[in-house]
Amino acid sequence: MNAEARQSGLTDQNNQGVRFYVRFSLWQRYLHAVVIVTFMGLGLTGLPLRFSGSVWGTAFARVVGGFSAILFFHKFCAVLLTVAFLMHLGDIAYRGLLKRQKGIFWGPNSMVPQLKDLKDLYGHVRWFLWLGPRPKFDRFAYWEKFDYWAVFWGMAIIGISGYSMWFAPFFAKFIPGSWFNIALVIHGEEALLAVWFIFAIHFFNTHLRPDSFPMDLVMFTGMETEKELRERRPQLYQRLLEEGKLGLTTVAPPRWLKNFGRAVGWVIILAGFVLLWLTLTSFFRASGT
Amino acid sequence: MRWTLAAMLFFGFAVPAVSAQQNAECLSCHSEKTLQDQAGHSVYVDEAKQKAGVHASLGCTACHTSIKGYPHPEHPRAVNCGTCHSDEAKDIVESVHAKASGEPCLGCHGDPHAIVPGKDLQSPVFTLNIPRTCGSCHGNTELAKKLGLSNVYSLYIDSIHGFALTKNGLLVAATCSSCHGTHKVLSHTNPESQTYRTNIPATCGSCHLGPKTQYFAGIHGKQLEAGGSRAPICADCHTVHQIAQVQSVSWQMKKLATCGECHQKQFATYLDTFHAQVSALGYVETARCWNCHRYHDILPASDPQSPVSPANLVATCGQCHSGATQSFVSYHPHADPRDRKSYPPLYFAAQFMNLLLLGVFGFFGLHTILWFVRSAFARRPSGLREKGVSK
Repeated sequence: MNAEARQSGLTDQNNQGVRFYVRFSLWQRYLHAVVIVTFMGLGLTGLPLRFSGSVWGTAFARVVGGFSAILFFHKFCAVLLTVAFLMHLGDIAYRGLLKRQKGIFWGPNSMVPQLKDLKDLYGHVRWFLWLGPRPKFDRFAYWEKFDYWAVFWGMAIIGISGYSMWFAPFFAKFIPGSWFNIALVIHGEEALLAVWFIFAIHFFNTHLRPDSFPMDLVMFTGMETEKELRERRPQLYQRLLEEGKLGLTTVAPPRWLKNFGRAVGWVIILAGFVLLWLTLTSFFRASGT
Repeated sequence: MRWTLAAMLFFGFAVPAVSAQQNAECLSCHSEKTLQDQAGHSVYVDEAKQKAGVHASLGCTACHTSIKGYPHPEHPRAVNCGTCHSDEAKDIVESVHAKASGEPCLGCHGDPHAIVPGKDLQSPVFTLNIPRTCGSCHGNTELAKKLGLSNVYSLYIDSIHGFALTKNGLLVAATCSSCHGTHKVLSHTNPESQTYRTNIPATCGSCHLGPKTQYFAGIHGKQLEAGGSRAPICADCHTVHQIAQVQSVSWQMKKLATCGECHQKQFATYLDTFHAQVSALGYVETARCWNCHRYHDILPASDPQSPVSPANLVATCGQCHSGATQSFVSYHPHADPRDRKSYPPLYFAAQFMNLLLLGVFGFFGLHTILWFVRSAFARRPSGLREKGVSK
């Protein structure tokens, strides 16, 4: 399947037979791009602080211009990500509350966990153990919803704790100063959770597992082939087919976009792996002594 | 010494005349530049230098007492400077240099026939020349190794004192003798020594009166006065020879760990804080030990004069955090997330985060491994995949 998909990706300009399903809108892809860039920026400038005793942390800080530079980039990325987060919340509120668009807060198109997700998890684990068939996933699989909510709450928690430390004297009007001790612990550990999750679990689940290897470009192109859609999300395919809303297009994603996605994707994944390795070794060295 | 000289000058009017006559006699041979004794040492005397020196008025035999006339003994008795300079000679005998090989006086004062007053810029014991003079031995790595010392000369020359002396020609800058004394240089293990541990604050304080006064007002100085053997003294923080400028970044970077040598728990808990993280990345404008606790006059938090006493915290934190309030200063700069009794909310927050990390990565780690194994098999062309999908 994958080999075919990749092959079709290389030849789709001329391949009249391949049809594409639009999974992510341009707006969603732009938001995700902001998340990628700011997340990497925050990680690169935050992790040296979290592991400030490490050789790589101090070396990196020196290279980029010391702590003041690190802090500037960290806050810059934080503000950008906050804006993206608020725009996403605004988008959800606009579509779900103002325009009363259906399926945002419940149902197969919603990010809200459903009973089906629990069943899918159970079924998926059974499949892992050769005990049953692969579950038929709908628009968002349970691990994708976990990714979403992990980032959602991660941004909220890291954001609030971060802003509270940034504007500590102001926040101290509402909360006792001893909370800043807690804020730093939460900010740092939640950040570790986030980077390790993204660089290990998300990268694997989305790109590196055998069915997607080496990279799932859907977040760059926005499109999946009909074949990919049918095999990866059979229930969504079936549902859309029955509802007559499949809306496939024969316009293939441009080659430059795919190459751009590959280039950016690999840089990010490699950078992520380096950071993962550095932080893991520093973490276990610190807890070992 | 001064009295001896005065007495000699007073009672011996005839001395200059006699010595001039005598000296001419001696110099008739000893002004020959190539003149050597049997062992091959030069016995040449530079008359011009001798006449310009501090001992110009003395006849040769005033020092070379065993020589009564010509011919003189092949091995005249060694000159004893102590005949006149009795106090200095006594000090030398008690000093670490008593056993030094060679002539202890000449080691520092140089050519015996060209000794000039200490205030003369040419004198090897003139303030600006002292480090070089002492360094002629103590800058010798071989000798230092033999005596179990470090090469203190190079350390000193690079220190703030060395810079002040060599670069700026500051006569008030501390030289070797400012701390070690001149003739009576004693080992730092000798309780009488100026460099004996408990005497160091007084020694440094002879120039640095301000810090000395502050030090003895602070807890470290009080402990020292009370006989506390662990109380830190100047040298524990500032080191001895390579004393650096306290404003230098590299020095400030090192000092955190210096305080931490004794205050281990406070240092460890400080390292957990944002202040320490920022500091470790080389940012100087963050709270380090002394920014909150001061340095020379450190006082316990229970002392109302202390910058970290509860009443002064708002002002102390406010130095950096403008707008700091009473609520703000309830922040713990030394909180220990492992200490459940003292910081329960922090402890539980840290524990919760640990469990969260463990839970998420435990679950998804296993999930990922199982998924990898299963899908690797499912993708094999052996047909396993088909079975897996549609059993």
